[in-house]
Amino acid sequence: MAETDVGFWGVVIAVLGGAIRVGTPFLFVSLGECLTERSGRINLGLEGNLIMGAMAGYAVSYYSQSPWLGVAVAGGTGLLLGAIHALLCQHPRVNHIAVGIALMIFATGVAFFLGKPFIQPSAPQLPSIGLGGWSDSPVVRAALDINALFFLGLLLVPALHWFLKYARWGLMVRVAGENANAALALGYKVKQIRLLATMFGGMLASIGGAYLSLYYPGSWNEGLSSGQGLMAVALVIFARWNPIYCLWASLLFGGAAALGPSLQSIGISWGYFLFNAAPYVLTLGIMIATSSAKQTLAGMPGEFVK
Amino acid sequence: MTDQRKFNYRTLSSDEPDNLFGGAMPKALEAVLITAGALLISVLLVAVFFLSAGHQPVEVFHTIYRGAFGSWFSWQNTLVRAAPLLLTALCTAIPARAGLIVIGGEGAVVLGGLCAAVTGFQFLGAPPLLAMTAMLVSGCIAGGLWIGLSGFLRHYRGVNETISSLLLNYIAIAVLSFLVFGILRDPATLNKPSTHSIGAGNMLGTLGESSVHWGFGFGILFCVLLWFLCKRMTFGYELALVGGNPRAARLAGIPVGRVILVSCLLGGAAAGLAGAIEVVAVHGRANASLAAGYGYAGILVAFLARHNPLAIVPFAILLGGIQASGGLLQRAHDLPDATVAVIQGLIFLVILASEMMYGKLRFPRLMPFRSNTTLKAT
Repeated sequence: MAETDVGFWGVVIAVLGGAIRVGTPFLFVSLGECLTERSGRINLGLEGNLIMGAMAGYAVSYYSQSPWLGVAVAGGTGLLLGAIHALLCQHPRVNHIAVGIALMIFATGVAFFLGKPFIQPSAPQLPSIGLGGWSDSPVVRAALDINALFFLGLLLVPALHWFLKYARWGLMVRVAGENANAALALGYKVKQIRLLATMFGGMLASIGGAYLSLYYPGSWNEGLSSGQGLMAVALVIFARWNPIYCLWASLLFGGAAALGPSLQSIGISWGYFLFNAAPYVLTLGIMIATSSAKQTLAGMPGEFVK
Repeated sequence: MTDQRKFNYRTLSSDEPDNLFGGAMPKALEAVLITAGALLISVLLVAVFFLSAGHQPVEVFHTIYRGAFGSWFSWQNTLVRAAPLLLTALCTAIPARAGLIVIGGEGAVVLGGLCAAVTGFQFLGAPPLLAMTAMLVSGCIAGGLWIGLSGFLRHYRGVNETISSLLLNYIAIAVLSFLVFGILRDPATLNKPSTHSIGAGNMLGTLGESSVHWGFGFGILFCVLLWFLCKRMTFGYELALVGGNPRAARLAGIPVGRVILVSCLLGGAAAGLAGAIEVVAVHGRANASLAAGYGYAGILVAFLARHNPLAIVPFAILLGGIQASGGLLQRAHDLPDATVAVIQGLIFLVILASEMMYGKLRFPRLMPFRSNTTLKAT
């Protein structure tokens, strides 16, 4: 009897822990995309950033034996890719969305090209903080083993919210995103603001990628990402361009993505592949339910390319 | 939404003559020059990439040439790979003419292939011509409806078509895996779960003595037909108007929603046909090989061709060649598969950046006294 008792709560906590574990990359990518979109650009290339960050983080961690240095270098590659996107999109004729797709193909290609030698060796992983010490159950302990990067992301959420809402620079980002002409009239350098916002957003996405290779799943291979970077765009729309909603949305998506594996672990394997599609179906359903052909969405930046 | 220029105002204005004495350039020449220049720059960038990766660029380029166009054998390989690209490029190009960026070719290929395989199994004993037609048509319908869903959502629900078509890619692949690992699985396929075979007798044949299957012919045919539709028929004109300015198009009485929907249905049907051809001419059954990235490479081809269906033909062959040389690159230089993706990504980036050159090229002034300014003054 006692066993089933622990089992039930174990499953609940395992699902929660899974949402955090799978949702962390979503959190970083969506925060980055949120900042970029608030400045008036869409970066569809974050998938490339993610994979590049995963590769760079893993490789640097392997060579230097320091996973945190890996995270830093991953962030650096993100800055670089974000800069390429922003600089190309500065010209009015160049299409944001197409540049994003091109950067995704390019960065993924470069990551697989350079990352080939790192598929075999194992690199030191990021540390995690065990919050499950109070429990005897290994399931609970494993589920509450939360990675340090998640806490970093958790800190970033209110920080970004505060930045966008109260900071002077955050106001500049919002003006650039709401109405570029107004920003220009106020004397703000819209191109520069967007450059910095896209670079910073790219950096966050790459850090999310480093989480993939340095903690969960915790190895580098070519099937590492399952489109987290691409879903970020939809996720930010779902979160109404609000960093705090981004956190809830990421956890929800993490939970949805963890649905297939967790159902399989308790013996339901019938629709494994369908449950794998849960995050995508969820995104599409939410977008259909919340979009309207007649009016713009609440919270949408005015310069958002629809 | 796109920055595609639909009308060349420059050539319409009377104060800038189109002549050899300094002036604007014809649109087609401009596009050819800029695309050629962009390809040249991408070749240089790819060379820099190979140099920094420790390979001799000239040797690598020679290998790519040998692998793509060096012999009749490699030409056949190239054309086989170009066949699906011709069709998946149309999936991006036709909606793009109406101002939509659809990147769902991959999903349409997957579902088109799956439907063709299922249809093929039903027609096992039927005459080959009937079975083939049924399979190809079912692929078209599946792909068309899949991308049509994106267009429908875009127009009637305001859902961004780029994101919805992308999500539909993942959903299509999940549906394929679910069915192929589940109820549609042929128990005989152990290592690579697949559907039942469509039967060797119902497979699409090859063109003459070559190993190039008929899918390449279908691809060319589709490109020509859709070029005619886009450039020579009323629908193409409506498409251009909707792409140029949807509000003006609506005011002019054009049914914008229908035009968008039909463009998506046509594009999706092309990509679905690509999937059906992969099944009917290459694999003989549907499995994970359908999601081989043809949809994503097709996006690049469409942008290279500037969404002109006829221009898709040479660029699909070029891209098919680059993809065909991947194996040889691996054997000769020990370069990973991802080399092809790096080259494609670089070309794509440079092509998009080259968009900023349009309207800036002009003929050099050959005779100083008959320049633009003097003409304007008179």
